[in-house]
Amino acid sequence: MPDVRTIAVVVNGIPYRRDVETRTTLADFLRHELRLTGTHVGCEHGVCGACTVLVGGRSARACLMLAVQCDGEEIATVESLATEGRLNPLQQAFQDCHGLQCGFCTPGVLMTLTEFLREHPDPSEADVREALTGNLCRCTGYQGIVDAALAAAKRVREGA
Amino acid sequence: MKPAPFTYHDPRSVSEALDLLAALDNARVLAGGQSLMPMMNFRYAMPDHVIDLNRIAALSYLRCDDEALRCGAMTRQRDIELSAEVKGRVPILHEALAHVGHRQTRNRGTIGGSLCHLDPSAELVNVTALLDGTLHIASRREVRNVSIGEFAVAYMTTCLEPDEMLAAVTLPLPPRSDGYAFVEFARRRGDFAIVACSVLLGLESNGAITRPRIAISGLGHAPARAHAIERALEGEQPAASAFKAAAAVAAQLDAMEDAYVSAAYRRHLARVLTYRALEQAARRATEAAHA
Amino acid sequence: MIATGFGASVRRKEDPPLLRGEGRYVDDIALPGMLHTAFVRSPYAHARIGRIDTTAALALPGVHAVLTYADLPESVRRQTLPLLVPHPAIRQPFMPYALVKDEACYAGEPVACVIADSRYIAEDAAQLVEVDYEPLPAVSDCRAALDAGAPRAHYGDESNTAARFPVRAGDADRAFATAKHVFRELIHQHRGGPFSIECRGAVASYEAPTQTLTLHVSSQGAHRIKRCMLDMLEAGDHEVRVITPDVGGGFGPKGSFYPEYVNVSVAAMRLARPVKWIEDRRENFLATHQERDQYWDVEIAVDADARILAVRGQLVHETGAYVPWGIVLPWIAATTVPGPYVIPNFKLDVLSVFTNKIQTTPVRGAGRPEAVVAMERLMDRVARELRIDPAEVRRRNFIRPEQMPYNVGIIFRDGRPVTYDSGDYPACQASAIEASGYESFPERQARARANGRYLGIGLSNAVEATGLGPYESATVRVATNGRIVVYTGATPQGQSHKTTLAQIAGDELGVEIDAIDVVTGDTGGVSLGIGTFAARTAVNAGSSVHVAARAVAEKAKRLAAGMMECLEEDLALAGGFVCLRDHPDVRKSLREIAVKAVGMPGFSMAGGLPPGLEHTAHYTPDRSAYSNGTHVAEVEVDIETGAVTIQRYTVAHDCGRVINPLVVDGQVVGGVAHGVGNALFERMVYDEHAQPLSTNFGEYLLPLATDVPRVDLVHLETPSPLNPLGVKGAGEGGTIPAIAAIAAAVENALEPFGVKITEVPISPQRIVELLGNHALGRTA
Repeated sequence: MPDVRTIAVVVNGIPYRRDVETRTTLADFLRHELRLTGTHVGCEHGVCGACTVLVGGRSARACLMLAVQCDGEEIATVESLATEGRLNPLQQAFQDCHGLQCGFCTPGVLMTLTEFLREHPDPSEADVREALTGNLCRCTGYQGIVDAALAAAKRVREGA
Repeated sequence: MKPAPFTYHDPRSVSEALDLLAALDNARVLAGGQSLMPMMNFRYAMPDHVIDLNRIAALSYLRCDDEALRCGAMTRQRDIELSAEVKGRVPILHEALAHVGHRQTRNRGTIGGSLCHLDPSAELVNVTALLDGTLHIASRREVRNVSIGEFAVAYMTTCLEPDEMLAAVTLPLPPRSDGYAFVEFARRRGDFAIVACSVLLGLESNGAITRPRIAISGLGHAPARAHAIERALEGEQPAASAFKAAAAVAAQLDAMEDAYVSAAYRRHLARVLTYRALEQAARRATEAAHA
Repeated sequence: MIATGFGASVRRKEDPPLLRGEGRYVDDIALPGMLHTAFVRSPYAHARIGRIDTTAALALPGVHAVLTYADLPESVRRQTLPLLVPHPAIRQPFMPYALVKDEACYAGEPVACVIADSRYIAEDAAQLVEVDYEPLPAVSDCRAALDAGAPRAHYGDESNTAARFPVRAGDADRAFATAKHVFRELIHQHRGGPFSIECRGAVASYEAPTQTLTLHVSSQGAHRIKRCMLDMLEAGDHEVRVITPDVGGGFGPKGSFYPEYVNVSVAAMRLARPVKWIEDRRENFLATHQERDQYWDVEIAVDADARILAVRGQLVHETGAYVPWGIVLPWIAATTVPGPYVIPNFKLDVLSVFTNKIQTTPVRGAGRPEAVVAMERLMDRVARELRIDPAEVRRRNFIRPEQMPYNVGIIFRDGRPVTYDSGDYPACQASAIEASGYESFPERQARARANGRYLGIGLSNAVEATGLGPYESATVRVATNGRIVVYTGATPQGQSHKTTLAQIAGDELGVEIDAIDVVTGDTGGVSLGIGTFAARTAVNAGSSVHVAARAVAEKAKRLAAGMMECLEEDLALAGGFVCLRDHPDVRKSLREIAVKAVGMPGFSMAGGLPPGLEHTAHYTPDRSAYSNGTHVAEVEVDIETGAVTIQRYTVAHDCGRVINPLVVDGQVVGGVAHGVGNALFERMVYDEHAQPLSTNFGEYLLPLATDVPRVDLVHLETPSPLNPLGVKGAGEGGTIPAIAAIAAAVENALEPFGVKITEVPISPQRIVELLGNHALGRTA
């Protein structure tokens, strides 16, 4: 008999109540139960960062959390960034600076940078590269991502 | 890579957790999940029971008094990193944390989890050895205190009995005037170090080294306090010759070997990093003395 | 003037949905009643498979089927997976079955297939399948595999040689016999895998009403996958459709055909429910193709002025357990060696060798990076021995632009002589030299050494065959509601086709890219296609889109001329209309013209024109278009730890005319990152029984944002005369010269210690070993 628990979780501001098998990872719960497929699974052992979400405002690898651990938590995924389809400054900077190619690592990168830029509104390039070490990208060589992060930080500082 | 099925438990108190550990077979405690979850996803670990400690508020605390820093086992690495008290009173711990994984892993990872996972070169394990930390182990039967040396029994194997868990760790505060350094070599930022070396030392009024402590990790299954080096450095002037001599001794220590890293390279790194750590700690001690 | 046309750095159409998390990758597909798959894979690199007991697995609640070889349909059991590029030089064309028939030849080869309600349950059941394995001796190293007594990768085979072929031009042995200087290098090159962040995956669904199998697969070529499926299932063309959704990176191996696709299709048809398989990362390490070991034994003969007289040698190449791409990979490597240099005599003997490991197939660069390492190490050797600046040695040997088109004298894998169409190699190197501060480096290096720091600089040149044939398809269609769509067999995994191809079409049709939808990788959209790999899309698909869009524009004008009773030459396309140049308000919309073009019942078609405002083109290149580039890497080596930091990186890159500079820059920088990985970090470690040890991202190291330098890019544009757009491929030029440049830079940094770099990747540990006592540094 599968071990099942009922959880109440708020994701991108919307409350959900679901029964989950306790071994279900948070990543699988978000993707398959809630159909929020923006969070991606790249390695399932906590290195690639494609599954990065914010749990209680702090970045976390969704492949290394169980959905049941999130009972009572507030979670933000990439789907929370745009407003009625309008890209936020960080997302727009990614488009302007060619910060994505295949787009698979991108949601995780965006969530990592969302936390980082909130705390470091005026980072150096070295700071940004350091912040990105928990996310792997195989397409861009990181340069477009770094440029986008710096551009977004600048725009937000200047009140975009 | 999905975990095998298990029964999930989320106790709200240490007492409840200990009851579960005493009653259940093939149970693992879940702390930050950064080490256990990958193992479960790979099915290298297939516990029948997972005891999630994350709801036990009493296990997460950080208290600094005149003698020691006292951490609950579930204290998040990120919270230790942000602690002004830690930065002020145990700066070597703050410095070591900058090397621990990545932001995402420090947000969830715990000091207890790192200690129990016991990767040979884990920074927190190293600093605990350097500071002569005490680990507080709890079970239904008893509470017992051990040193890192007693805790680390073999490669990634602790002395914990199946019904025991690590509840807290006490880190005696180093003297304020001690110079410190935490130096490691890893292939990439945030990777587990191949070798790490931490140093604390003080300087006498005549400039000579006193009460030196050195912990080198990545050679054996647990960090080694290099007592022979410590004894040799006591009373020496902090000059290149002393650092070289210490480095040469570090290069003689036994080292493990695997498909990726040779024993010879580990010993070589021990040599180089010992020199660098001593040099940096001595410089900081000198600056502290002048300040 | 179109703002978003050819040459504009337009923002990508792909981005907004991807940025919002609305990408549709294969694992995002959820179909009603969908089931999930896990494979039982051989834990041994080489084993005979005996009895398979599926009873316990089938008994688990939620399990619907467990397939073994015996359960597969007859057409699938009868054939191995197709060998897509056969060649007479292949001695033994071993290919796998969809599930192991009786002998597993690499660890990870699929033995059984479990279908269940969830991936979680499928994995539970997979653990319960009992397989009798009889381990057989395995061969792990491709050089050791050539020993007479070595275990055979395929039991009972007379040797482990998969293929043997020569590449020849002129008479190398004679040139060597009389040469003033001869230098030899033994180089071991290990590359690694693609490791796209998205693993592989497929969803198969069978629709009874139309009797169609639809296979959604994360691939680099939907049409090739379909062709293989038609072979395996012996199905009608109308019964199989392959669609590739958004793909999270490919880098080559997603262009191959894999056993898992057959299995999910068989399961979907048998169970009459959609079946999904998503590769997890551990499987990805075992079962997705990679590139791996090559041993090069090469010599160069030069005269007293460092002019190349001849190059000769032997390449031993590891193909792994099977030969899915035949000898394509070692052939590309062998024929890329001459590069931009005049080499009158060339002789390379190539051996492709079986081992009990996952097969090697093209991964970004496709054998060319290895060729460049071999050639550039030889050039650096000449420079060092004759005490000439490495850049000068190259200058003395470049093919000059006035010699274009230049016949290298050897045959490329497209069957044609390697003939460079255009390119200015001296100018390219000169640009890189200037931009990188190469000339002032010796002074920087000397100052650093005086301070106990070791800086090094490395230079490498490469010429890359791009735009590989046979063709790519494009249908440009204006629908009867005026909306424009481009269908193409190109199948992107991040290369921005939906933007760049729209730019090309938009130029001809007079509209901005937002007015054009590009549909890629769907066998239902266009009947023929090849796919996106080998830096071929700009040339092939780009040219086809150009030709087709121009044909549609011409037809639109012809029809409009009839409708407006004017002359065709007085008309132009702009903003969705065909209008009189002199009176633009006199016009017909593309919509009206499209409606006219499909005809009305009862009326014959006007002017004898074929119906429809659409055109399909299959641009067929005569031969490859050659891109080229020069990389300059500047590194610092910490001689005490062996750590290498790339301080500065410069690329001068010529890929002909550029459709979208932002996209090309991204391709080059991304390519450099693969080069950094292959030069310094990426190694698949196996034990002596061919057991893979590096099966996670903690042990197989990909470069991080702190490892890849910022790349200074200089662009040159020597248009290709071979296609209407003058374009060349850009997807691999960032990788191909990179490994050689970095290796050269490390060697240059360690020059005071006489260290030579003859292996890649090079690790800090290895550098310390090569330095010996010098690595003691200040601790000596």
